[in-house]
Amino acid sequence: MNTVGTETSGTDTATSGASGNEALARLRRAASHRLFWPAVILVGLMLVNLPSTPDYFSIGVRHGHLYGSLINILIFTAPQILVGVGLTLVIATSGIDLSVGAVVAIAGTAACWWVVHASDQNAATTALAAAGIGLAAGLACGAWNGFFVARMGVQPIVATLTLMVAGRGVAQLIGNGQIITVNSSSYALIGGWWGPLPSGILIAAAVVVLTILLTRRTALGMLIEAVGGNAEAARLAGVRATRIKMTAYIFCGFCAAAAGLLLTSNTSSADANNSGLWYELYGILAVVLGGTSLAGGRFHIGGTVLGALVIGTLNNTLFALGVPSQSNLVFEGGVVIVVCLLGSPKFRTKVLNLRPGRRLPVPAAPTTEA
Amino acid sequence: MTAPVLDTSETPPKRAADRPKRFAALLGSKRLPVYVTAALFVAMYIGGYSRYQNLNFGTGQVVANLFVDNCYLLVAAVGATFVILSGGIDLSIGSMIGFTTMLTAFLVQKEHWPVLLVAPLALAIGAAGGALMGYVIHEFEIQPFIVTLAGLFLFRGLCEMVNKESIQITDHTVTRLALFHIQLPGDTFLSLGAVLSLVVLAAAVYVLHHTRFGRRVYALGGNEHSALLMGVPVGRTKIAVYTVSGFCSAFAGLLFTLYIQSGDPLHALGLELDAIAAVVIGGTLLTGGSGYVLGTLLGVLVLGLIKTLISFEGTLSSWWTKIATGALLLAFILLQRVMAAKRR
Repeated sequence: MNTVGTETSGTDTATSGASGNEALARLRRAASHRLFWPAVILVGLMLVNLPSTPDYFSIGVRHGHLYGSLINILIFTAPQILVGVGLTLVIATSGIDLSVGAVVAIAGTAACWWVVHASDQNAATTALAAAGIGLAAGLACGAWNGFFVARMGVQPIVATLTLMVAGRGVAQLIGNGQIITVNSSSYALIGGWWGPLPSGILIAAAVVVLTILLTRRTALGMLIEAVGGNAEAARLAGVRATRIKMTAYIFCGFCAAAAGLLLTSNTSSADANNSGLWYELYGILAVVLGGTSLAGGRFHIGGTVLGALVIGTLNNTLFALGVPSQSNLVFEGGVVIVVCLLGSPKFRTKVLNLRPGRRLPVPAAPTTEA
Repeated sequence: MTAPVLDTSETPPKRAADRPKRFAALLGSKRLPVYVTAALFVAMYIGGYSRYQNLNFGTGQVVANLFVDNCYLLVAAVGATFVILSGGIDLSIGSMIGFTTMLTAFLVQKEHWPVLLVAPLALAIGAAGGALMGYVIHEFEIQPFIVTLAGLFLFRGLCEMVNKESIQITDHTVTRLALFHIQLPGDTFLSLGAVLSLVVLAAAVYVLHHTRFGRRVYALGGNEHSALLMGVPVGRTKIAVYTVSGFCSAFAGLLFTLYIQSGDPLHALGLELDAIAAVVIGGTLLTGGSGYVLGTLLGVLVLGLIKTLISFEGTLSSWWTKIATGALLLAFILLQRVMAAKRR
């Protein structure tokens, strides 16, 4: 694996040879870590902002709330992190969920519908019940997807594509085709500020930590990867593949519903057409950027979080630089393709002249010479 | 007009239902979904006729309008049939249609290009986009859905880059083409779009069922590895299939422009589902290798009839169309699963 020794030359003119080699080796090892490149991109994107907004990294307190560019990015990214985490597990089972955006809309509209029809909109119980209904709607959507994919054996793309399009119809049905505006201080609290921190960050962090604990401290993560690698082999080995897949889709629906609650509570309104629009793109992009293979069998929750942060920062940066927002879609669609190409063994052998199984060359070595 | 011809063949399933043996044989038949769809169409038509008789549901124009109002869907679904028969999927159909309407509207209305130049250009862009996606899918072995999903986002994004707002087309030639009608006996008429879509359908029937390329598409969808061993040029066929789909999407986009006489970044949002639904309802296996283009026509007619019924009902809102389409698609996918299980 470690081919460092053969290629180093001339880098150690300044320092002593041994320590230079060692530093380089460490750099190489860091660079070969799967989170290295997303992290580099993230830091790079943040640095791009520094000339135009010198106080980009500063975080202050205003009216008892934290504020700053980074906090804004986190608030904006929290729902996408939630969706991304759910999607990561589905993709790990070698599935896909294209309906996350629609589920976001369904859960948000269902919750807002409940609040609007409650006798006392401001009551805490109303908000809690609304949140419960939203989450239940998400779980139901996830179970629906899971039923068709895991039990009936329908291709994940088609089963979830159906909900992606029909789900928007369901959301419009709940909202009667109109944007529901709620006037509830308690519902607004769900996506508002909990003490000095915005709730979205706390909720997303809690979900991420719990998911990592559940998948990596128990055998669940390994079982999911086994199912994603080869569902039939996993089943023969005694893994309840159907149940694992089902769980992944239900969890994904739950995460999307949580994102829907955050979004609608943030704006105190639910728009069946636009809430969660393109979230399936953002989710898949975050997952792919984070190093999870779309073929399944491997997943990295931490990578997905980093991927979502990269997207959030990218959107924020493009906005700050005055790039028209409509070009974002083109850009992000392009990134998906590029990342998939880099991950494709054939592309690497044919175009990049790499033998399969070898990692990408690390461009860090030549630059240290200059 | 094909539907009444086909519905004569849908009587056997009903009679066979009492006889378990024939029923089992029928479940294994490739044509079963087509029969079911034909029966569904007839049942829906009779239902609509009895309910909205006094609203002129029985006139020939209602049937002719199925072709007029869904010409773009028919063309898009024909393209999707090629892809699905080959065992792939194309999610970029709706975006490609939206992009074509936007580009056409922009070039004709804002830049005053002649329509005769814009139309081939749009078709070429569609075909090139499809070919590019096919190339990436084949050459680098990336799953079709992720490549075409990226295509979906790319073309939708490009729509908004062409122009952010919708553009109304008032160009003389376009308006005249849109108003062009062909009179049929019985006081009915077909629009230019409907006629063109039927021409595309006829061409697709010929290509799929009577040419070497058509056989290769079926072979590819049946089993890619066997096709390769048989000497089918897998790569070329795959790229060609996505090129056909891109071309059909762009063609559908032109028909859509003609139908609606405007370009809008949000035109045909989610139309890929309608196209895929039409193909599946028409009896083509989602796993590829089995199906008929004429079945796709039947699928489009069923979806069109749903829309017609909902508009005749009046009180039902348009989102019911989306829900009904999704439900119908799922029902037919389940039928396919049951059939596949029976055949084994």
